[in-house]
Amino acid sequence: MSNPLVKVRGLHKSFGDLEVLRGIDMDISSGEVVVVFGRSGSGKSTFLRCLNFLEEPTQGVIQVAGIEVDAGLPTRHRRKDIRRLRSQCGMVFQQFNLFPHMTVLDNVMEGPLRVKSRSSAEVRTHAMELLNDVGMADKAGEHPIRLSGGQQQRVAIARALAMRPAVMLFDEPTSALDPELIHEVLAVMRRLAESHETTMIVVTHEMGFAREVATRMCFFHDGVVLEEGTPDQMFARAQQPETRRFLEAVI
Amino acid sequence: MTDPDVREAVPHQRHGLAQSLEGASLKVPFRLKVALVWAVIFGLMAVAFSRSGFDVAWMVDKIPAIVRGIWVTILFSVIAITVATVLAILGALGRISTNPIAYGISGFYTSFFRGTPLIVQLFLWYLALPQLAIGLLPEPYAAWFIWPAQVAGVVGIAFNYGAYMTEIFRSGIEAVPHGQAEAADALGMSYGQRMRRVILPQAARIVIPPTGNEFIAMIKDTALIGLLGTTLLWADPFRMAQLTGKADFRNLEALIIAAFVYWGLTAIFSFFQRKLESRMSRGYVRTVLKTS
Repeated sequence: MSNPLVKVRGLHKSFGDLEVLRGIDMDISSGEVVVVFGRSGSGKSTFLRCLNFLEEPTQGVIQVAGIEVDAGLPTRHRRKDIRRLRSQCGMVFQQFNLFPHMTVLDNVMEGPLRVKSRSSAEVRTHAMELLNDVGMADKAGEHPIRLSGGQQQRVAIARALAMRPAVMLFDEPTSALDPELIHEVLAVMRRLAESHETTMIVVTHEMGFAREVATRMCFFHDGVVLEEGTPDQMFARAQQPETRRFLEAVI
Repeated sequence: MTDPDVREAVPHQRHGLAQSLEGASLKVPFRLKVALVWAVIFGLMAVAFSRSGFDVAWMVDKIPAIVRGIWVTILFSVIAITVATVLAILGALGRISTNPIAYGISGFYTSFFRGTPLIVQLFLWYLALPQLAIGLLPEPYAAWFIWPAQVAGVVGIAFNYGAYMTEIFRSGIEAVPHGQAEAADALGMSYGQRMRRVILPQAARIVIPPTGNEFIAMIKDTALIGLLGTTLLWADPFRMAQLTGKADFRNLEALIIAAFVYWGLTAIFSFFQRKLESRMSRGYVRTVLKTS
């Protein structure tokens, strides 16, 4: 098998005495859409945030697109590697976190312009393409406050894609949205997944989305991956009683 | 407190003159009444001044000389606010730093300069610093720290206001939601990019009103620099008023002119501050409600 795009080995994370992640190993190949699910407090969000070091892992090695960072090494030596790794990970947050002082277009252009030092004209063309893809091109000149939550999240997806990341990380992207706005965000994510060009790791409670789109589902429980498999395996014949109980409760 | 609608709601028990006066009062707009109050205050002042032998001709004669000092005030204020802003940004970054050296230095800075009187600090820069420099440094270098009163004064005011503004900037930076820093980090931005591009522009909007207030206070406090000693060339309105007023024993007239110069200056600045505030609120206030 070829080298996986994302490789996680022995990932541990503690907040004080509380051990949130208790040893995660995971390989993700290019083009996979991995849905991470589980109860709140199971460590699924922390896992995602450790992948791009928004949370500092207590221990473990993370590799994305050939860039490897060992959490055990002193910060000073890894700082540059962490930034390279982060620019390979597009992150979409639960609360969108768009930059309120910039227009929609500037939000999308900011990363490639500042971090990758690309030319303004090239970045602008790409940004407008992406905004078009998420159906937000007509709002390019607006400030985020003038947009609905669903529109903001679609812009946030375009902003993350603008870095041409190796993998997209979605941290409960629809949890903060009003119910009637969820589907427009999921539609964008579904199209992204079906293009088979984007590798995605999605933390979500949207089991309908998972069933239709995921190539793999990972059930997090007490800081470990208790069970994983295709959506068919998970929904029809999950092995672990915990997994079955959770799926019965949410569907 | 003087809302006409509220007054109207009170049942009228009185009759005759009192009632008709109240009825007439209701027809006069609130702002007009306030203007009237101001006019009365100024009128009373004018009466009081004229009874004290207020010499208007002398005033008109001296106004140009005293008002001319406004350029000194403006120059001192602009330099001091610039230096203070730089100090405050560095200080605020220190206050939020996890580095013990940066945190310690900025903590000492804000504690000392906010905890001692400004006038004492001015004299420390002017008179105490040279003594320190002569004691510590070889001859040619010590002279670098023997400053004219104007330099010592501006530096003193800048450091003092920088300390207050450090706390304003710190709270402004901390008021930017943590998700903004995370979004910048997730894009792979460096600490400097994150601060310059994402955090500080948003903190700036938060700190502009309190910083404007500091600037107004600073404009007024530049008058203290004259107390260190000054030349005619570097005399601000207050100093000029003292000099001209003392010479002809016209202190009231002279100081009133000086007071109005500072008052006018701060009023003009307050006006531009309000303009700037409304401009900075772009992207935060929904000016047009979405219809879709």
